[in-house]
Amino acid sequence: MGDLDRLITQQIPRLRRYARALTGDRAAADDLVQDTLERALSRFHLWRRGSDMRAWLFTIMHNIFVNQARSRMRYPHEPLDEPTANGLQYREPDWSELRDISDALAQLPVEQRAVVLLVGLEQFTYDEAARVLNVPIGTVMSRLSRARERMRLLLGSDVRAAALKVVK
Amino acid sequence: MSRHVVTEADLHAYVEGVLPAARVAEIEAYLAERPEEAARLAAYRAQIAAMRREFDPVLDEPPPRRLEVPSLYWMRPILRYAAMVAWFALGGVIGWQLHAYNSDRRAEANSWPRRAAIAHVVYSPEVRHPVEVGADQEAHLVRWLSKRLGASLKVPHLGELGYTLVGGRLLPGDRGPVAQFMYQDGKGQRLTLYVRVNADDSRETAFRFAQEHGVGVFYWLDGKLGYALSGELERNELLRVATAVYRQLNP
Repeated sequence: MGDLDRLITQQIPRLRRYARALTGDRAAADDLVQDTLERALSRFHLWRRGSDMRAWLFTIMHNIFVNQARSRMRYPHEPLDEPTANGLQYREPDWSELRDISDALAQLPVEQRAVVLLVGLEQFTYDEAARVLNVPIGTVMSRLSRARERMRLLLGSDVRAAALKVVK
Repeated sequence: MSRHVVTEADLHAYVEGVLPAARVAEIEAYLAERPEEAARLAAYRAQIAAMRREFDPVLDEPPPRRLEVPSLYWMRPILRYAAMVAWFALGGVIGWQLHAYNSDRRAEANSWPRRAAIAHVVYSPEVRHPVEVGADQEAHLVRWLSKRLGASLKVPHLGELGYTLVGGRLLPGDRGPVAQFMYQDGKGQRLTLYVRVNADDSRETAFRFAQEHGVGVFYWLDGKLGYALSGELERNELLRVATAVYRQLNP
């Protein structure tokens, strides 16, 4: 009993980091972590002992986040992935307001943001990220590629991006 | 010159730092001849570095108290129930907030406890005909209602808490027959237990509390059946009874 408790508790800082980057908001991030922990607690009988607790928790978090993003009407125009040709249009970012990495992340569709964070920030392998997101590995690759390129364009012409490159 | 084809996937794997050393050397040779590609990958690495700088400090922030894992949850099922009650008593309104996210489910959750409260208000003041079948025919009552609901019902006995069974009746619910059992204490204070068959099997929820028409209702789902205990009691007292009901139904 103490084991599971500890296994979950160990992951809380990383869940919070990922949630913060995903939502861009401290309170929303901790709400998401709380929802994730509650769901995990209510379903811990579904967790196979010995399997990867971190991947399991991140999977739960991702599902909650996507469901909330879908049902939330606050950003009715935020596409879950690439905008479709006849659907919603890509909105040109306001360059004057674009400040830093957080803003660039916020410009990405949520599914791309998730990939770029899981791989880059949380250092999941492509395979692990594919399982967390429940998509084929090829989809992870293409989202990662598109996300990084879009962020490069968003940050590229910015003076601060040049400064970023100094830090390895 | 690279002897192998270099793909986009290779370049990202290079950024991730997950390639074997030999392959890294090949990619670097490839990039040495392509400064634009090298700059692109440098930008990707800068993105990762920037993300880490921005978000790694979160790792060191002490998590707020609400994110502490309640270690009680890992106890054996019997104690888990006690933990559930304790959580509730501690103001764990969390469940409320959680299920409020899903308005469909909320509408569903709100409608049947409401029906239970109304049924309580309608029948509990009844002097001459509070029930259809009295406690003197308990076995018949249970058989009859089980048959009508299509589920095996059990009647909790709450004598230890000072409530005796008055009897029960069949009611129309939103989806079909519903059972109502009535109890009363020595002062004539009445409680009703409303039992319905759930739409989907095997769902379980924690206790939830609602107040309708001045009547408190604790309700929960337990597998095939949904229960709502109603009474004009103080919340803690009602919770005590709900606890006893739950325990008898899940020995």
